[in-house]
Amino acid sequence: MTEVKELTCISCPLGCSLTVTMEGKEVVKVEGNTCPKGKAYGEKEVTNPTRIVTSSVKVRGGILPVVSVKTASDIPKEKIAECSRALKGIQIDAPVKIGDTVLRNVGGTGVDMIATRNVRAKTS
Amino acid sequence: MREYDLIIVGGGPAGLAAAISAKKEGIHNLLILERDHELGGILNQCIHNGFGLHTFKEELTGPEYAYRFIEEAEKLEIPYKLNTMVLDISKEGKSKMVTAMNREDGLMFLKTKAVVLAMGCRERPRGALNIPGYRPAGIYTAGTAQRLVNMEGYMPGKEVVILGSGDIGLIMARRMTLEGAKVKVVAELLPYSGGLQRNIVQCLNDFGIPLKLSHTVVDIQGKERVTGITLAEVDENKKPIPGTEEFYSCDTLLLSCGLIPENELSGKMGVELSRVTSGPVVNESLETNVEGVFACGNVLHVHDLVDYVSEEAARAGSHAAEYIRSWDSIGKTEEEQTIRIQTEGGIRYSVPQIIRTEHMEENLTVRFRVGAVYRDAYVSVYCGDKRILHKKKRKLAPGEMEQVVLKKTDLTAEEGLDKIVMRVEEA
Repeated sequence: MTEVKELTCISCPLGCSLTVTMEGKEVVKVEGNTCPKGKAYGEKEVTNPTRIVTSSVKVRGGILPVVSVKTASDIPKEKIAECSRALKGIQIDAPVKIGDTVLRNVGGTGVDMIATRNVRAKTS
Repeated sequence: MREYDLIIVGGGPAGLAAAISAKKEGIHNLLILERDHELGGILNQCIHNGFGLHTFKEELTGPEYAYRFIEEAEKLEIPYKLNTMVLDISKEGKSKMVTAMNREDGLMFLKTKAVVLAMGCRERPRGALNIPGYRPAGIYTAGTAQRLVNMEGYMPGKEVVILGSGDIGLIMARRMTLEGAKVKVVAELLPYSGGLQRNIVQCLNDFGIPLKLSHTVVDIQGKERVTGITLAEVDENKKPIPGTEEFYSCDTLLLSCGLIPENELSGKMGVELSRVTSGPVVNESLETNVEGVFACGNVLHVHDLVDYVSEEAARAGSHAAEYIRSWDSIGKTEEEQTIRIQTEGGIRYSVPQIIRTEHMEENLTVRFRVGAVYRDAYVSVYCGDKRILHKKKRKLAPGEMEQVVLKKTDLTAEEGLDKIVMRVEEA
């Protein structure tokens, strides 16, 4: 059975309109993309959609009360809420360096949460 | 009084890129003045990803993108002053006088040969939106909410309605949802979203948040704190249609209704501002009508992509460097050929607005925005009757900045050319 899906590529802010043609569960054609990333996105979005998740985590003793974080790589879309919940209870100590691991294996995804900025310790 | 070659007002993405490029071109006596307690500007609160695909070929978050530039500025030993407010810029002969203030230095008068304006933009506040109702707590601009959540670790509310579908509003719809709030609806006055399509997909559709186009807030309820808002559909003249009112209970209303370049300093010093962009009118070198004063980033015109800000700002920094190098011959140049870019037929504005062919490089990128949504249309550029550019675009939308590249040879081919016309032509 042939199925045609209309998507918007989210790989970059250009937001190309994609047309993905599927035969059963197989992707046979991706059209409308302007780069290889778009083709890959189109194929993945209809079979196994994933996202990078960004959030923030509480910091003790830093110049800011929170540090921004992200998943080190993309995680399955249905794990977004779980990932977000896993960050709620944790608090880390300043100083935090950009790239530091904040939480291992977030929400059982096998992916680590890493800091995306520095937070210096407060000099009191 | 200290004297500088170049002062950059603002240490966000535009200011940093301008400073880096000027420094690399040999301008060592320069200074960045930044109002906040750290460099990086608005990127520090934009913790979502999607930045840097053009510049670094990878997807970074806002703070990470800023960090790349901050690191480079530190490596190049570019001096900067934080917590410093610029109060005034004025002309002083050929030079400029920058008045600034901070706690360590007090009031400072800094003389400089050139200035790069990189102050960014501000959000349109409630007061500029004419929404009836009380003035309870719980009404924030989307960017204020973003700062509260992402940098100060404070949630502004639990049940949220968002007016305006600009990118910050869309990003905050997702952010507030992930932090446990219930985002009930995003309403947009216009029949199309002002945000990027990708943000509608990954911030609204992913979380099942409805987007109501051609809708606006007609009432805000609650005296001490917002208790609810009323939405109504609007007609083609943006007037609410009686009978379409719908009540939403909520404790928070976020406003994402447009950004306005912050040109108080520029206007005061006599920089000509465009009525369309609210930013300076600039020439091919991104120089304003005040010689030696350059502009880039969101103070010039509001961008969707920081990558384009960095690229534009690097050009402004490089042109400022060129200006400083030619300091001794300034004022001695003869009459130059200037071409005005006239935008019409669907194109709202262009940046730059003026081209001096003598100063133009082989190719010039002209950025612009359209006033409505077009599909399979052409962007055309005319010199008189002659069409010098005809570029097909699958989709043109007001929320997405576009660009064309003009060739110097096309503009110098015709003697005495003083105007070119840019317009959208439907197929």
